[in-house]
Amino acid sequence: MAKFEKSNSVGEWLDQRLNLTTFNKVMMTEYWIPKDINFLWAMGVLLATTFGILIISGIFLMMYYKPDINLAFDSVNYTIMQEVAFGWLFRHIHGVAASVVFLVIYIHMFTGIYYGSYKQGREMIWISGMLLFMTFSAAGFSGYMLPWGQMSYWAAMVITNLFGGVPVIGDALVVWIRGDFNVADATLTRFFMLHVFLLPITIMGIIALHFYTLRIPHVNNQNSDEFDFDTEAEKYLAGNKKESKVIPFWPVFISKDLAVLGVFLIFYFYLVFFHYDFAMDPVNFDPANNMVTPAHIYPEWYFLWSYEVLRGFFFDIFGFKAFNIGLIAFAFANVIFLLLPWLDRDPKILPAHRRPVFFVWFWILMIDLIVLTVYGKLPPTGANAWVGFFAAVSFILLFVILPIVTKIDAKKRGSL
Amino acid sequence: MRELKILAVVVALTLITYWGVEPFAHSQMHPHVAPADFTFSDVQEDIKDIKALQGDAANGETLVTSNCTACHSIEAKGFPPVMDNASSAAAYGVTPPDLSSAGKLYNADYLAAFIKNPAKASKVSHKFVEGRVHPMPAYDWLQPQEVADMVAYLKSIAPKEMTNKQVFNDACQRCHSIKYADMKGGTMAAFTPNADIKHYMGKLPPDLSQFIRSRGHEYLETFVNDPEKNLEGTAMPRVGLNEEAQKQVVSYLEEIGDSKKSQREELGPKFLIYLVIFAIFGFLWKASKWRDVH
Repeated sequence: MAKFEKSNSVGEWLDQRLNLTTFNKVMMTEYWIPKDINFLWAMGVLLATTFGILIISGIFLMMYYKPDINLAFDSVNYTIMQEVAFGWLFRHIHGVAASVVFLVIYIHMFTGIYYGSYKQGREMIWISGMLLFMTFSAAGFSGYMLPWGQMSYWAAMVITNLFGGVPVIGDALVVWIRGDFNVADATLTRFFMLHVFLLPITIMGIIALHFYTLRIPHVNNQNSDEFDFDTEAEKYLAGNKKESKVIPFWPVFISKDLAVLGVFLIFYFYLVFFHYDFAMDPVNFDPANNMVTPAHIYPEWYFLWSYEVLRGFFFDIFGFKAFNIGLIAFAFANVIFLLLPWLDRDPKILPAHRRPVFFVWFWILMIDLIVLTVYGKLPPTGANAWVGFFAAVSFILLFVILPIVTKIDAKKRGSL
Repeated sequence: MRELKILAVVVALTLITYWGVEPFAHSQMHPHVAPADFTFSDVQEDIKDIKALQGDAANGETLVTSNCTACHSIEAKGFPPVMDNASSAAAYGVTPPDLSSAGKLYNADYLAAFIKNPAKASKVSHKFVEGRVHPMPAYDWLQPQEVADMVAYLKSIAPKEMTNKQVFNDACQRCHSIKYADMKGGTMAAFTPNADIKHYMGKLPPDLSQFIRSRGHEYLETFVNDPEKNLEGTAMPRVGLNEEAQKQVVSYLEEIGDSKKSQREELGPKFLIYLVIFAIFGFLWKASKWRDVH
């Protein structure tokens, strides 16, 4: 055991035992971030904050929520919304944050794609980030089920049904996931467990991993400028703060994040109080009823693009069933972003505006995703179905041609 | 400057997506319907002759007493219900309404048209085919003057003021429950027992506790006025509420289903003011920290 001297203060006492001074340096005051960044680099802190908001509001909701099909709807809409002091506030905070968190995730994700922050050593940042996207999606889906409204029930029905498309074990898999032949009480209770325990704890673990993956390759910057972090850090510590290309996480980087966070929170709380229907669908204020199918079943806005890829293939092609093609396309949509670092064949890290063909590719992808999102909500009839079909095909083609697109840029520049 | 340009792009993409999945998608899923018609213009032709006449309440009293009280109670005038709710529901299919407040709740023209032909005025003729008849017979054999007198009488006995809850009791609760209004006591169940109302309407009419959130003001405004407009072929009759009574019904749905609305609207601005101050301090702190590094 190490030798311990008598300490003169609580800080010193803790420092002897936990080495807080060093810990603080490594994590905060000497954790180096590039200086050449814009507000898009604040999305990580926004996400961490929103996740914190979700956890805290979720804990309060859990004190009154009842995961039972006969009690769930009223425990949310009566007990929490009308009876408990400020229960409505916690529910609105939770429901709106669950929706807004995806907006920030998408901004965070497409910032990464635009600036090329997913490759050449940063693959693990990208992969852990996409794992977070997936676990957040699962948390969003399982949470949406809990109020046991019409949309909760029918979305659960539609999505769990999809697993029936898995070859050989499909039907058994659906029953295993639901815990019943139908979406029923067993389904609600297990999704409650997923939503309040397994998924949050997994997310916390992956967040820690995501933060850790940043340590070695470091954060990217606006111009993909490559420099030696140690040299720049020395400059900063020596007092050449203006000349140095890096800033410490605390307090310089975080001060910018907090300014951005302030603006974000104004926007977010405006939605919480005055504009929440987009996140808390009115249809879900009708109690679940397995005898009445809603006129329109659609997922929350953040799933619409992949839902439309699924639904876009509405006719059989060469004897392949529409349902199966859609399912394969849906699976493609959900894993393809994970493979992005390897689909990009350009060896250099550059922002999209310095990769002319990729720049066009990026904006076509953005437009295609918005088209998919909007048409994912519209009734899939007439011309809508065809727009969905072509948008879904375009989505797949975009990723098929990505290796070629990125190679063309590299060749033009002479990097290949 | 560059940051503002990026912000403009992010905001524009967000707003386009929002517009597409909210206002635009909803306009496609729920086509716009004509606004509520509180003049009940479609019944005007049927009651033209009645409207031209002056109703006599005293004569109306005799007519109503002799024609209506066999089934309807008029508690305000000392006519209690002939049977309890369950028995009358079993007898007629649905518990008949008390007529004390009819003159206040219902549009006078609608009331006249309803007395003449209930199924037609309430737009439920499609339900009463193949030998099925509306529980209230049509009184189209009455003289126009007699109908005018009955309406005048009903108006004369109606209370001047009613609470939102009383309006709901009389206008909606024969068929609809609103359980959140009395979760513990259970007094806000529908007057007609579930089995009877289910048989009468084809399905159990929904509990209205959360209708202010699930349907919203705009939909309720046209739906309550004329259900067929939003839901063609629905079993729900057009009830014929006048504008004031309908407002009270919607207010009641809001009192029960969105009981924290005033608290929400009061607290919202306070949160936002606090956050504006937070953001200002955020920018000041940022400026102070970045002054050294730029």
